[in-house]
Amino acid sequence: MTKSSLLVQDARTAKRNRAETRFKAYGMAAIAVGLLMLVILLVTIIGRGTGAFQQTFVTLPVTLTEGKLDKKGNRDLADIKKVSTFGYAPLLKDAFEAKVAEAGIETALKSKAMAGLLSKDAAAELRNYVLANVDQIGDTVEFEFLASGRVDGYLKGRVTRESIANDKNINAAQLDLVDALVADGSIAKKFNLAFITGADASDARPEAAGMGVSMIGSLFMMLVVLALALPIGVAASIYLEEFAPKNWITDIIEVNISNLAAVPSIVFGILGLAVFINYMHLPNSAPLVGGLVLTLMTLPTIIISTRASLKSVPPSIRDAALGVGASKMQSVFHHVLPLAAPGILTGTIIGLAQALGETAPLLLIGMVGFIASNAPETLADGLMAPNSAMPAQIYEWAKRADPAFYERAWGGIIILLVFLITMNAIAVLLRRRFERRW
Amino acid sequence: MTSENNVTDTNVKIAARDVQVYYGDNHAIKDVNVDIEDKTVTAFIGPSGCGKSTFLRCINRMNDTIDVCRVTGDIRIDGEDIYDRAVDPVQLRAKVGMVFQKPNPFPKSIYDNVAYGPRIHGLSRNKAELDDIVERALRRGAIWDEVKDRLQAPGTGLSGGQQQRLCIARAVATEPEVLLMDEPCSALDPIATAQVEELIDELRQNYSVVIVTHSMQQAARVSQKTAFFHLGNLVEFGETDKIFTSPEDPRTESYITGRIG
Amino acid sequence: MTAALQIIGLPLPLALLIAVGVIAAVGYMLTRARAMTRAGGDARGLHSLPRYYGMTAAMFAAVPALGVMVIWMLAQPMVVQNAVLPLIPAAEITSAGTQSLILSDVKRVADGLDVAVAQGALKRADIAAMADDPSGLRETLGSVGVALGSDVKPYVLQAAEASRGLKTKGQSWMAIVVLVLALGGAALALRAADPAFRARNVVERGILVLLIVAASLAILTTVGIVLSMLFESINFFRLHDWKDFFLGTTWAPNFRGDSDLSILPLLWGTLYISIVALLVAVPIGLFAAIYLSEYAGPKVRAVAKPLLEILAGIPTIVYGLFALLTVGPFLVSIFGRGDEGLLGVEWMSGATAVLTAGLVMGIMLIPFVSSLSDDIINAVPQSLRDGSFGLGATQSETVRQVVLPAALPGIVGAILLAASRAIGETMIVVLGAGAIARISGNPFEAMTTITTRIVSQLTGDTDFASPETLVAFALGLTLFVLTLGLNVIALYIVRTYREQYE
Repeated sequence: MTKSSLLVQDARTAKRNRAETRFKAYGMAAIAVGLLMLVILLVTIIGRGTGAFQQTFVTLPVTLTEGKLDKKGNRDLADIKKVSTFGYAPLLKDAFEAKVAEAGIETALKSKAMAGLLSKDAAAELRNYVLANVDQIGDTVEFEFLASGRVDGYLKGRVTRESIANDKNINAAQLDLVDALVADGSIAKKFNLAFITGADASDARPEAAGMGVSMIGSLFMMLVVLALALPIGVAASIYLEEFAPKNWITDIIEVNISNLAAVPSIVFGILGLAVFINYMHLPNSAPLVGGLVLTLMTLPTIIISTRASLKSVPPSIRDAALGVGASKMQSVFHHVLPLAAPGILTGTIIGLAQALGETAPLLLIGMVGFIASNAPETLADGLMAPNSAMPAQIYEWAKRADPAFYERAWGGIIILLVFLITMNAIAVLLRRRFERRW
Repeated sequence: MTSENNVTDTNVKIAARDVQVYYGDNHAIKDVNVDIEDKTVTAFIGPSGCGKSTFLRCINRMNDTIDVCRVTGDIRIDGEDIYDRAVDPVQLRAKVGMVFQKPNPFPKSIYDNVAYGPRIHGLSRNKAELDDIVERALRRGAIWDEVKDRLQAPGTGLSGGQQQRLCIARAVATEPEVLLMDEPCSALDPIATAQVEELIDELRQNYSVVIVTHSMQQAARVSQKTAFFHLGNLVEFGETDKIFTSPEDPRTESYITGRIG
Repeated sequence: MTAALQIIGLPLPLALLIAVGVIAAVGYMLTRARAMTRAGGDARGLHSLPRYYGMTAAMFAAVPALGVMVIWMLAQPMVVQNAVLPLIPAAEITSAGTQSLILSDVKRVADGLDVAVAQGALKRADIAAMADDPSGLRETLGSVGVALGSDVKPYVLQAAEASRGLKTKGQSWMAIVVLVLALGGAALALRAADPAFRARNVVERGILVLLIVAASLAILTTVGIVLSMLFESINFFRLHDWKDFFLGTTWAPNFRGDSDLSILPLLWGTLYISIVALLVAVPIGLFAAIYLSEYAGPKVRAVAKPLLEILAGIPTIVYGLFALLTVGPFLVSIFGRGDEGLLGVEWMSGATAVLTAGLVMGIMLIPFVSSLSDDIINAVPQSLRDGSFGLGATQSETVRQVVLPAALPGIVGAILLAASRAIGETMIVVLGAGAIARISGNPFEAMTTITTRIVSQLTGDTDFASPETLVAFALGLTLFVLTLGLNVIALYIVRTYREQYE
């Protein structure tokens, strides 16, 4: 073999170094692709979802004509209630006509077509106002009504003059009027609190749909999960980690738990449907059932993380407690458990966050396909009355035909992610604050 | 002190001048100067933590793989500075082989373990040549007779002593000029140790061997030159016989008589 | 007291729960006080701390009572059903299938009657009057929102009434038994409260039993999953030929009956989408893991790893929407029809396709594969890397020829776990894969999966006597067995791998 100098790189080494550079580049590319996907996902969510937090409103002074609302003129609430929302529609038409005339806008539209720019919710909103303020009948009151989904879409660029060619709900002349009213300042986009606090709405009224009620549904489910999964999970972990003898039964339990953690979530939905609804006759769509299903699903996660935090408490602590004459049970409950508490809490929060975003099992226990229109009033109602949940509500919107609901769905995702990020941030902070190295 | 000029005149293979090694803030090796000769076994002895392994790992730049480690000074092999920017550590390590404290055969067959080095360095043109290299290396590693019938068996299935000899065979398969051994017998039983020591003595005919050991008896048995390290300093370097019979430095004497260490 | 709680709108179990809770609390205080009195007011005279005496009372009161309540609630439906069975004329039961059909009718009518009575649409007397000719009942129940498939037959009404009666009676008895047990338990502890009584040992043994019960719940869940699906699957196979289910090639549910219900097209769709997902996730995830564990400095690692893991924390519904509304249309804009498509090829006609679902699922699985592989690569001992570097190998040679082969079993385990995830994933395929069951190799076509069919067969109007609904349980069981098999193998591989290097 010829003597080669170390200072000169031979051809083969150069080639190998090029391969090295390539390989490293693949790794960097993989990381870059992963991060790029994250960025695209987040940009998409924010780009398409923020619109849901803004809604187009129409400012409209409405004359509450006595002749239409209270024919007897005695302001008797019972009589006024007999006027249905249909009875309020003419008021809106008149008001719109007056508004257009006052603003000096030329249009060939009939008043019905003008009122069509308003949400179908507007008449009901007006009626509710009148029923609450009977004494204002006869006055002219300025309202801010939701504009219809199409008008809202037009202002947000989702609906264009080309896209409405075959649309029965809106025509070019109406858009002209919208343009004029936007210039006039009567139609404008504003922050839409109702999206966060309000209830879902039917197919025809995407502009009125909100996340509020489904948020309450999710809240009740999380309460159930917290109330059941945390104590059961901690109890099971304490047994397995501190007391269980090493035999085939505990082996089976352990294998079982790690397998349950990997069972597809939809299987838990089937279990919920078969056991809680068909067999135990708990009500369909109830947050209680959702909570029970999610509890079973979250339990393995909580057990695994709790056992890890129990394991991280050094045996010397247990020995010290036993050494002063505490019972085994006392050493666990007085010393080990408090020391493991931050870790347990962190694991529980992460488990809850997982449960909060889970959708598939909720589909099977009926938490989609209907409109959760009012918030529950009592605790029992909150647990037993049909409701939706945040991810189920998002799914529901994604399935609807009107693209206006897609914006809602993305907006709903933003709200859901805000919750998840908050929960995970709390978990991280807890871990940082209380982390102890033995 | 030998000056740099006459390094090449004598039989010097590795020349170290003013070598300092830092692990973060820790000054692990201080001002080490040493000349290691070709076709000689040089032993590094000293109490644990004295820096003998660290210095050994400087010679084939294994310390590069540790992020916080910094080396200054000058180490030359055949007069070429191995810390020169132009030197590729990959090429250097092909020339300076290494055997580790714990036998670490790859989870591959015995054949593939030995063929690994020749393959990555492209030392053979065909299968027959590779077979030759593997056989030669295994013979030189004094393990050929034990494994020739089961070359495709996993290397991890061998006994500890066999594994270590396999690792030595693996190291010599790349035709290195220097062989570094980091306590190669510390994980072995006495019989396996004897076999490996015998092997080291044979290897001396072709290579410059540097061995780190915590056993003074082993150093006395296998080496011609011995360097005594203490607290990061090279205290004494010389003929093995002389170090063990009439050390100059009182620290060396304390160590070999068992008073420190 | 329970009656009072029920009046204010609480369902019976909740009312009982509160009642038992109150009994336990009162028992705690009384027993603790009694133990103290007997010890002459000096706690040092007691065997255990005073609170342990109180706890025995609370435990004796609550645990047996609530245990009985839970078991009662689980068992009652079965008992009621068996009691009602003789009321159905034997002539009507032509097969096991019709029996369950009739029983589910009975259940539905009974529930309907409950609703109707609660809403005031029916009175007890009305129901009695209809005993011979209940044909009007269908309409009445329809008006309170309980739709029936056919007119109510007299024997069905009779059975429904009987089951309602039994249910009410059962609930009253349950309330009585639970309350008696709670009071008895508390009384027993109160009587035993003596300074020599080893209260702490009793409490601790009780707690240990509770801990064991909690740990067994995991087993119970698995048993529940298997049994619930098994029973309904058996019902399904009574109505539908198992050979057609497993070996047929057509999936075409038809609500008028006589459906083609074969799993093969669904299984094909599931596997195809999973394979696409793994083709995306495994190379990216694996290379990311290699880079993070072998190349990246601590700073890059501290930033990139958690960022990647965010992808794993995003709920699947988000990925579903991303597939349906972003990735699908994007793919159509490349591979779509005529003027829409960038390439001018007409490969894709709609946003939902194997490729859409597969790509998005792949993105979801990247962090799953990368963090599992990262752990596994880190478990490869440094000595192997040193050995390779010592022979003059470059880092990539070390990774490819030493680290990866050593980590291979673990990585295979990780990939199997990812595959099990992909097979069981629901939301992405529900929204992104489509609803057409077919066996085709074209990734641009919509296909459907096991999970999407489970969702579609079990949502909306379901009739638990028809094979079209019951097939979902057979699908679920197949899915469960499939994923369980993958998980067991994967967990076993990963565990033996870890032990090898410990």
